[in-house]
Amino acid sequence: MLITCPYCGPRDVSEFTYQGEAGRTRPDPASTDRAAWDGYVYDRLNPAGEHSEYWQHSGGCRAHLLVKRNTLTHEIASVAFAREDQRIHSAGRRGKGARP
Amino acid sequence: MAEPLSPLQPVWQPGRHGNLSGGAGVVLSETHPSSIVQVAAWAGSERAVIEAIREATGLAVPDGAGGGVATRTKAAFGIAPGRFLVVDQAEGLETELRSRIDAGTGSVTGLSHGRTAIRVDGPKAEWVLSKLFAVDFSLTALPVGSGVATQHHDVLAQIQRSAAMRFDLYVFRSLARSFWTTLCHSAEDVGYEVI
Repeated sequence: MLITCPYCGPRDVSEFTYQGEAGRTRPDPASTDRAAWDGYVYDRLNPAGEHSEYWQHSGGCRAHLLVKRNTLTHEIASVAFAREDQRIHSAGRRGKGARP
Repeated sequence: MAEPLSPLQPVWQPGRHGNLSGGAGVVLSETHPSSIVQVAAWAGSERAVIEAIREATGLAVPDGAGGGVATRTKAAFGIAPGRFLVVDQAEGLETELRSRIDAGTGSVTGLSHGRTAIRVDGPKAEWVLSKLFAVDFSLTALPVGSGVATQHHDVLAQIQRSAAMRFDLYVFRSLARSFWTTLCHSAEDVGYEVI
């Protein structure tokens, strides 16, 4: 599988480190809402299809990336610097970390 | 001036090795730069840092991914967004850069003690490096002066093409001896000379 790093260009997946599903919203650190924390820590969409996820180009420029990958075909629809994706941080899938 | 010691010394075997039926395909050497410095620009300060590198070294680094420039004694190239590796055969580069890049513009990190600079030079340089790194080393993909940050297994390497058939590799000093041994093995089929 090749991932096209926005800085380095296409590189082998072995240069990248998977960092999990994108879009999770961390609850307020002061929160004692156990359901919210449980959702944040354990709940994953695990879709059969397009999936937004974070990767780090750990064996290259070390940038954190937002990758949209099809989990069935490994086709990659887009790659962007994670820092440029404001939408995902401002509109988390789980507003309070609870199950969808 | 401190006496530089090479981590490659125990495995350093000058001379010609491997399959020399067609001559030595590559020449392997250490370049021993006295200054290896990483410069990082904060977001929005990239142009200011590029200008600071120009003032400190005289090198005009192109503003683009992996862009760089190399002379006989100095080199600079992009290794990541807003980050550059700057090299000088002379001492004092870190001080020069630090005087021009304040904490509000970026950061300057001296790596002279932490990197070993290895040169792969010759008509088979692309061939040998392609065995180790999953990177396109063709002249069109990696023009003279430009560089890449990549890895061979867990050995991170920053590589600059300093001439059409010449590459300068910067690897962690603590892993350099192992990497050098692997590099020599990879060059055996085309013949190599250590100078």
